[in-house]
Amino acid sequence: MDLSAIDPQILVASLMVASTPILLAALGELVVERSGVLNLGVEGMMITGAICGFAIAVETGSPALGFLAAMAGSALLSLVFGVLTQIFLSNQVATGLALTLFGLGLSALLGQGYVGIKPPPTTDLNFGPLRDIPVLGPILFQHDAVVYLSLILVAGVWAVLKFTRAGLVLRAVGENHDAAHALGYKVVRIRLLAIMFGGALAGLGGAYLSLVRVPQWTEGMTAGAGWIALAIVVFASWKAPRILLGAYLFGGVTVLQLNLQAAGVAIPVEYLSMSPYLITILVLVIISSDRSRVALNAPASLGRTFHASS
Amino acid sequence: MAVVLTMIAGGILFAVLGNDPLVAIRTIFWDPLFGEFAFYYRPQLLVKGAPLILIAIGLSLGFRAGIWNIGAEGQYIVGAICGAAVGLAFYPLQSVFVFPLMVLSGALGGMAWAMVPALLKVRFGTNEILVSLMLVYVAENLLAAMALGPLRNPDGMGFPGSRNLAQYESADSWIAEAAGLHWGVVAAVLAAICAHLLLKRHILGFQIRLTGQSRRAARFAGVRPNALVLFCLGLSGALAGLAGLFEVAGPSGQISIDFNSGYGFTAIIVAFLGRLHPLGIVLGGLLLALTYIGGEIAQSQLGLPAAAIQAFQGMLLFFLLGVDVLTNYRIRIGRTETA
Repeated sequence: MDLSAIDPQILVASLMVASTPILLAALGELVVERSGVLNLGVEGMMITGAICGFAIAVETGSPALGFLAAMAGSALLSLVFGVLTQIFLSNQVATGLALTLFGLGLSALLGQGYVGIKPPPTTDLNFGPLRDIPVLGPILFQHDAVVYLSLILVAGVWAVLKFTRAGLVLRAVGENHDAAHALGYKVVRIRLLAIMFGGALAGLGGAYLSLVRVPQWTEGMTAGAGWIALAIVVFASWKAPRILLGAYLFGGVTVLQLNLQAAGVAIPVEYLSMSPYLITILVLVIISSDRSRVALNAPASLGRTFHASS
Repeated sequence: MAVVLTMIAGGILFAVLGNDPLVAIRTIFWDPLFGEFAFYYRPQLLVKGAPLILIAIGLSLGFRAGIWNIGAEGQYIVGAICGAAVGLAFYPLQSVFVFPLMVLSGALGGMAWAMVPALLKVRFGTNEILVSLMLVYVAENLLAAMALGPLRNPDGMGFPGSRNLAQYESADSWIAEAAGLHWGVVAAVLAAICAHLLLKRHILGFQIRLTGQSRRAARFAGVRPNALVLFCLGLSGALAGLAGLFEVAGPSGQISIDFNSGYGFTAIIVAFLGRLHPLGIVLGGLLLALTYIGGEIAQSQLGLPAAAIQAFQGMLLFFLLGVDVLTNYRIRIGRTETA
């Protein structure tokens, strides 16, 4: 075992790459949950995004088009969820599960012909001389556009939710949909838009997984990333900046255990692979043990069905 | 009705994939029952249906009370590991006690795995959906570790996977292999009957239904929510563990890396398809078992991808939830007055 083989500088840089899919998906889900909808289909939307993005990127040779297609595909899938829960008033938990099961099946079906292909490479943004700054260069300035986009989105979502009228309306719908309805806001329409936004971000995260992080397509490749994203939303107490913290924490654990595997620590690989999931559980326990905090921060209408006549 | 809609949508899906939709639908739903080789496929219906029904019965009790155990896949795996470990520990001893012991440990294993989210929920208020699901991935890794490590067949020349339990007479769960009958089928029927009686006749069943409809009212009626969480999760875990044990001791035969086949997730669909009602679940389980078998036939005869059937099953759940609106609400054409 040789721990010195783990270079902290590369560790941090790869941490950012590893965290980005979860960060994007969690950020999308944050907006969805803030509008009072609990979408448990993140895993399904991520994996659909992963294959849509992969397929389009391979066919067109352009990763950028792939990312766009992933967002469109997942947003479309999330719209199915939206129509079922908002218009047909179905149970959100059950529909979310259905979305995940369906997404996993659909993606495996679409991905038939794409196993074992290498996608076109996604190039890093060129910052010129900034790249060569000693420690900071590799950590901050040698990533691709999506990493920076994800960071901008975190700031954007935070600012929109906190400072703008649109954010206030969204939060109002999530806190008390009857009051929001009485004020004349279109609860169903706002929620549908939020669901689609969440779908698009989950798709982007999924595509990042298949196009950059891995990069290839295998069935069921998200391996619970969507569920971890859901856990991170709880961890972050529904606040955007803490999503960043949570996602990077989990990305760090993932990267660290991968590095430990590579360094040949005397623990079987299987036990190391469990660690991100176990830590997720642990964090959930710690967060939820303080009941008052969760109760104060969770959107009050989360998971409740809205029907205008009632 | 949802089934018919799914058939139509599935037909469109198959048509997009370049197959004749009518032929595909017939291959999946008709041939296993009445086709040329039906004598082979009909027993398979029991083999695949039993674990689905067993798990779904357990899940439905929790779902009724608003307790969401979606980690049945993990409990299924752990039940299989525990049961198989006990069986392998006694190998090659021949005794009538080996199999009952395996059954017991399988159920306990599944239950213990389900107790983790249950206890965390009761003690810390942790979300049981996320915890039970995370434990699925932990269980999958544990399964791989076991198949490669402690439970590996010492005579297996280094291949991953345990001894074949189906060839170890005292640990074999088959009653009549040709008829597809193993102890899991018996257990599934028993579980369905017991669950039906529980819901209809026992105070606990009443409490479960009450909690699902109104948590607040249930509190006033003297239901202890924590005890209910422990009961529902524990029972569904035990049933899922049993399903895993019967599978490993019969149809599958050994612990291997890819032993689990998604029964735990499909059972969620079964539970909803059966409207969370024990007898409905039996029918729902058989129907989805049919799609599994039909899917395999379609795969070999028409070259349909295996994943198509998975998407098909997911679609079924969508339609099911969608048409529920027709059951729950009356649709009036044309908006008249809103006072």
